[in-house]
Amino acid sequence: MENLKKTCLYDKHIQLGAKMEDFAGYEMPIVYDNIKNEHLAVRNNVGMFDVSHMGEIIVKGKDALHFVEKIFTNKVESLVDGQVAYGMMLYQNGCVVDDLLVYRFNEEYFLLVVNASNVAKDYTWIVENSSEFDVLIQNVSEDYQEIAVQGPNAENILMMSLGIDLSELGFFFFANFEFLNHHLLISRTGYTGEDGFEIYASEDAIREIWDVLINNQVAPCGLGSRDTLRFEAALPLYGHEISQEITPLEAGLKFFVKLESDTDFIGKQALLNQGENLSRRVVGIELTERSIPREGYEVYHENELIGYITTGYLSISLEKPIAMAMINRPHTKKNTPIHVKVRNKMIAGFVRDKKFLEKKYNKTKGV
Amino acid sequence: MSKLVEGLYYSKSHEWVKPLEDDVVLVGITDFAQSELGDVVFVDLPEAGETISQEDEFGAVESVKAASDLIAPVSGEILEVNEELVGEPELLNKDPYKNWLLKVKLENTDELGSLLSSEEYEEFIK
Repeated sequence: MENLKKTCLYDKHIQLGAKMEDFAGYEMPIVYDNIKNEHLAVRNNVGMFDVSHMGEIIVKGKDALHFVEKIFTNKVESLVDGQVAYGMMLYQNGCVVDDLLVYRFNEEYFLLVVNASNVAKDYTWIVENSSEFDVLIQNVSEDYQEIAVQGPNAENILMMSLGIDLSELGFFFFANFEFLNHHLLISRTGYTGEDGFEIYASEDAIREIWDVLINNQVAPCGLGSRDTLRFEAALPLYGHEISQEITPLEAGLKFFVKLESDTDFIGKQALLNQGENLSRRVVGIELTERSIPREGYEVYHENELIGYITTGYLSISLEKPIAMAMINRPHTKKNTPIHVKVRNKMIAGFVRDKKFLEKKYNKTKGV
Repeated sequence: MSKLVEGLYYSKSHEWVKPLEDDVVLVGITDFAQSELGDVVFVDLPEAGETISQEDEFGAVESVKAASDLIAPVSGEILEVNEELVGEPELLNKDPYKNWLLKVKLENTDELGSLLSSEEYEEFIK
């Protein structure tokens, strides 16, 4: 794995005995001890993830607001300074370049947080589409390291261990904080379906924070549990539920696409055309026999191939075999009986909603 | 270091075979296999009465993250399936040599000769 990049926490992962694997060109911790324990630590208490591999791109300049509106599916103009929005960037044909968080500092300065596997592609695509705008685009991924602290005790543990009071920080808001003379950017965001925070800072700061949190018994969690957690919360992962061959409408992410607004983002027309004529959609699947539906497995209805699994697990929180699947209409209706082909056996199940578990976001704080 | 048990036969796909009497054997997965896989959450096994053929897939052992096919190290008829693993798949992590998967009546005892000895298997997984 010599050619892989390492995050600033690499040596700490090795010391903790993490199982390391290539992810998006980085040698990343998949699991430290046990995926189930890491998963449950986040659901029931608090856990943390090294997500320094994520990409960060700054868009600044006089036209920054209008440019971000042009490339982003969700609202931008109505965001207040210090607010975050989740959405996607689309190709003209409506398929997804990437999904991302947009941090609005002010109307002339935005931070875009994108998938590690897509940083280079995203940067090129953003720059290519910026020619008519007075903006400067900078890929600052190397300067921003990141830890996600997630779980019902995240706020308490950050107060106790770092002395940072996040009680007034609202859901999907961010603010600047100081810790031992380090500057931190912290948002109440995450990828687990739990309350939690994402902390962006320099290498030195992130290394110190990691140690402090480890000493305060925050469970280190690898990419294995990051995936089982985001899956149970039905959050999409690029390359699975969304991709350059899938539109947000097909992925069931209409909520994050502002089709009714005046802003004309790239790909909007294609989505309006697709509209109600969707030929397929991501749905939930639950199996009624013991088995595990895995990514790529075929889904059938009365011997007809109707789609494939995009992500599936024996859910750790629910202890049931569930999946998200891309299914052809009209078989997307709830309770449609289906079979998933598992190693040449047809395993029975049914179409269900994607609300596998109740998200526990804290939307009471701040604004 | 992966644990090994002397006197067993091993396959390159990380199953072990333990001769019981005459032409009856137990089949399981090795310590190396369980440790590579991580926490086992599901074991998908065939049923007694079915037959398995050497080098054909006959089921799977699954961790949270991945399914790993089980490859038959020998051919024969399944006499018994270890049902305990259905309710407690994690037994495979605790002791993969005690917790066998299948009891098989061999079709051809010569097939054992095509498998690795514990020394050869130890070398193979180095």
